[in-house]
Parts: sequence; C-alpha cells; structure tokens
Amino acid sequence: MAKDVMEIRWHARGGQGAVTAAKTLAEMSLTKNMYFQAFPEYGPERMGAPIQCFNRISKKKISTYCGITQPDIVVVVDPSLLGVVDITAGVSNDGIIIVNTTDNPQTIRKRLNLNGQKLFVVDATHISLKSLGRFMPNIPMLGAVLKVTGLLEKEEAIDFLKESFGKKFPVKVVENNIKALEEAFREVKGE
Amino acid sequence: MATSNKVINNQTNQGILNGDNIVINSKALAIVGTDAVSEAMRQINPDVVAAYPITPQTAIVETFSQMVADGLVKTHLVAVESEHSAMSATIGASAAGSRVMTCTSSQGLAYMWELLHIASGLRLPIVMPNVNRALSAPINIHCDHGDSMGARDASWIQLFSENAQEAYDNTLQAVRIAENPDVLLPVMVLLDGFIISHSIDRVEIIDDEAASNFVGEFHSPYSLLDPKNPVTVGAFDSLYGYFFEFKRQQEEAMSNAVNVIKDVGQEYGKISGRSYGLFESVGMEDAEFAFVAMGSAAGTIRELVEEMRSRGIPVGMIKLRVFRPFPAKELAEALSGLKAVAVFDRSNTFAGNMGGPVFIELRSSLYDLQQRPLMINYIYGLGGRDLPIELINKAAGELGEAARSGRVKQIVNYLGLRE
Repeated sequence: MAKDVMEIRWHARGGQGAVTAAKTLAEMSLTKNMYFQAFPEYGPERMGAPIQCFNRISKKKISTYCGITQPDIVVVVDPSLLGVVDITAGVSNDGIIIVNTTDNPQTIRKRLNLNGQKLFVVDATHISLKSLGRFMPNIPMLGAVLKVTGLLEKEEAIDFLKESFGKKFPVKVVENNIKALEEAFREVKGE
Repeated sequence: MATSNKVINNQTNQGILNGDNIVINSKALAIVGTDAVSEAMRQINPDVVAAYPITPQTAIVETFSQMVADGLVKTHLVAVESEHSAMSATIGASAAGSRVMTCTSSQGLAYMWELLHIASGLRLPIVMPNVNRALSAPINIHCDHGDSMGARDASWIQLFSENAQEAYDNTLQAVRIAENPDVLLPVMVLLDGFIISHSIDRVEIIDDEAASNFVGEFHSPYSLLDPKNPVTVGAFDSLYGYFFEFKRQQEEAMSNAVNVIKDVGQEYGKISGRSYGLFESVGMEDAEFAFVAMGSAAGTIRELVEEMRSRGIPVGMIKLRVFRPFPAKELAEALSGLKAVAVFDRSNTFAGNMGGPVFIELRSSLYDLQQRPLMINYIYGLGGRDLPIELINKAAGELGEAARSGRVKQIVNYLGLRE
C-alpha cells in the first residue's frame, strides 16, 4: 500500500528489550515531527521465546491499523533466531535486513538465501556486553536502525537518550546506553 | 503542563484556525491508547472514579491511579472488588451530584449489565470508556465489538473511536454530551482493544486550561445531597405509576443527543482543530458505492478507499462514530442514491444469518428511501482476527461487482474466516 509509510518488523526473544526499542524509535520519530506507530505482537510474552514487534513511521498521518506482513525493514535482535523463525517472510527484493551477528554479510546473505535485499550486520551482542556488561542488544540495534534509515543523526539520538532515559535511569546506565548506541552507529556494516 | 510519568517526549504545537481568531495550544505525545484516555481523565478531573481492572482496560486505571497518587487530580478513587460494584459506586456517586467516571472491557461490561440500565434509567451522566474486547467463551482478550453491542439497548450513548486521538477527543466531549440538560444520559467511549489501546500512536493533547474550560463545571440538576431540593432516586414505580412515561422520556433524551453531539463536536473543533460529527464521510460526494465501518478498521479502509479513488474508482466510506443514538436519518441521506453499500461489523447478532448489528440497523434505516442501495454485510475481526488491506480489497471487488451487476451474491459474509 502507501509506501510513504516505512514499516519495520523486529524479531527478538522476550526480555531483550525489543518492545522498548520499537517504542523508543516511535518517540524519536516524534522529535522529527513525524507520525508513527509502535506495537507488539499481542499475546503471552515469555522470557526467551521468539517475539515480534512493529513500527510504522511516516511524514504523513497514518491510518492503517492492521498488522504488518510486508515490512520494508526487518531487524533481527537475537542472532539465535536465524533459522528458527522466518526472518524474510513478506520482505520484497528492495527490503532491508539488519542482523545482530558475529558473521560477515556474505555468510548471512547465503544463510538467509537473500536476493536483492540490502543487508546490514552489527555485533550488537558484543557491543552490549562491552558497554552495559550484559546481554541487552536492543539499544545497539536501535542505533543500527537509525544509522541505516537516517531517521536521526547520531547526536540527535544521543540527546534524546540523555533526556528520555535520564528521567528513568541512573547516570551510569544512561551513559552506557549512549556508548552502546554510538558504537552501533560506527560498527554497522553493509556489503 | 503536568503529565503522567509515562509521557516522555513531546512536540509543542501552536496554530490559528482559519476564520476564527482562536489559538490552539496542544502537545503531541507518543503514547498508547489507554494513556490517551487517562490523559483525558486527568484533564476532566472527575470527582469520583470507581473502577476494577480488566485486560485491556487495566492500563487506564493503572495510569489514572498514579495520577491520583501524584496529586495531579483531586479525584476520589474507589478501588472496588468487581465491575458490578464499580458501576454501583459510580451510580451512587453520580446520584449524589458528583462528576463520575469508570472504565471497563468485555466481561467487566457484561458483569455491569443490570446496573447499566439503572444508570441510564436514573438519567445519570456517567462517562465510561470501554476498551472493546471479545466476550467469552472461548476466552479471548482481543478486540471485537461484541461487548459494547451487548449494551446497545441499555440507553447509553456510544461513541466509537478510530484511534488513540479520537479516544482522547471523545472522552473529553463525552462529559459535555452526558451532562447536557436535554440529554442526561450516560456515555460509553469505545476504543479497540490492543489495536488501539496498546499501540503507541501520535496523540495531540490540548492544553490543560483549554480542556478544563471546555469540560466546565458540573452542577447536578438533581443531587441527593441537596436537602433544599429533595428528590427520590430509584423508587418503586409499578402498574399505576409512570414507568412507561419515564422510558418514553429516555427515548426523547436519546433523540435530543443527536444535535447535542453535533454541537459539542463543533465546539471541540474550535479548541482542538478537530471537529466531530455523527460520522465522517470520505469521497461520498461522488461515490457510487461505499463502505460503512466503525473503530480502527475504518482507518485501514480509508487507506484503501483513498488509494482506489486516486485510480478513479467511485468508492466512498462512512466512518460511523455515533452508534447510539443511531443517526438513521443522516445516514439515509448520505447513502441515498448509491448503488451498493458494504457494512463492516466487528460483532454478530446470532439472529440466524441476519448479519451484524450495524448492518441490521443501517438496513432498517434505509428502508424508506425511494432508491435503496444494495447492501452487503462483512463480519470480520472477531476475537482480534486481523483485517489486512487484502481482505478489504476482496470486499471492495465484490462491492464494485454488486454495483455493476445490480445484484448481491451473498448478503452476509465472513471476512478472514478460515473455512
């Protein structure tokens, strides 16, 4: 349908903060005076089980309220989901796929059997372990999405996190998340 | 502007409406539908809220409870032990002359059922957001309109919302509609469970002062706590009393609500830039066939209708906002002369393949037209089943075919049913 709306599908496991990432992306879009939606796949969420959540982002008002089955962008937050869930379902040849992985793009392209889609990789797991001291790949993946889409500049994203996370978390946590976001901006690689 | 702690980010907007020299101050927020309702409740600042949590309404009460605890409102919050008690406490507080709200969903609304009739029979202007959710069994927490349709003859005004913005707007307007002296009926504000209630959307919140001025103060015409003007509330009224006359007056009040809803919707437009009527029309000026729908599905249908119109297809849409009172006359005018109409129902009447409630009532509304359009009913989305554009497109094909051929293949259809 209306392709002035960017549709994003996030694949993660329960507890990895993907819903928070989608929500934060919606809030970030507001700073750009855009229209947006963020919604999870409604159902029981269990820690560790595969989940999906979604974004719609547009410069115009969005009035589509059905599920997203043909996303423009797919974000794989958890590397172990490759081969477990159908990552590329409904993605057209001009789609974009962003994967958290230690592998290089060629390996992932082969593994996902990709055609024309653009592929980006980032080791969000390593970044989160280094910056946050634990496996919480959501903010680095958000950073990768921002870099790939150009929705927010790095500095704008940092300012947003300072302001938004600053209200909820201790200074150290905010700083570490900003570090993780910055590194993902730097590290995300296309082919 | 004081806001709940869930409200994180905002854009401030200032605009001047054309013609009128009125400045609109509003803030855009990224919030879920339930928080949009809580924000309206904060601005209404009701005297009493009595509520019991039920998915997917829970988050409204949760956020509002936080607002009470944070001192953002002066509301007396009564945490009751059931919806039956929630509506009972709400009725008591309203009869005592307070401005009162509650909110619920699904089984909770069903459990209130006997009290719903008492609230309207006593002519109490209670406002209740209901997050539409299917009724059991089987147990299902997702969206359909079966719950509020169960209360369609309870003499409550029903306002449907397409999205979080409309849920917020409708909640503010509901207070003014309910409390109008020519109406004095309770109002239900409907929003789609999960699809709207749990989805983050962009919502413009008007500034606190404008909202508060719009809502105004409530002066109950018949307060139990006014010893100078004693009244009897809830008396026995049997064979030789006026029961029948009271019920006739209730129907009169519901009819009066039509104009009040229109006036309040216009007035709201002046402070928000968003005017409301009984329904929204898309492309109806030159449509040959049209969709009629309520709630979030109307948004998705609008996308398709606009896309089809850009290809020169003479299709239109009516998004029904006010289901009670049912705007029969206005809908008949809007649909008169069309070749075919497809009515979308997110619930069923189980009347033996008569179709859904919107279909049955609209069909009845069009009976006296000289040239009645052909009518097709699509029952969809029960228990939260998704309504993707492809399915609406399928219905559009059948609708166009009916308009061309002059006949309807099948009157009642189930869209998205696995069979």
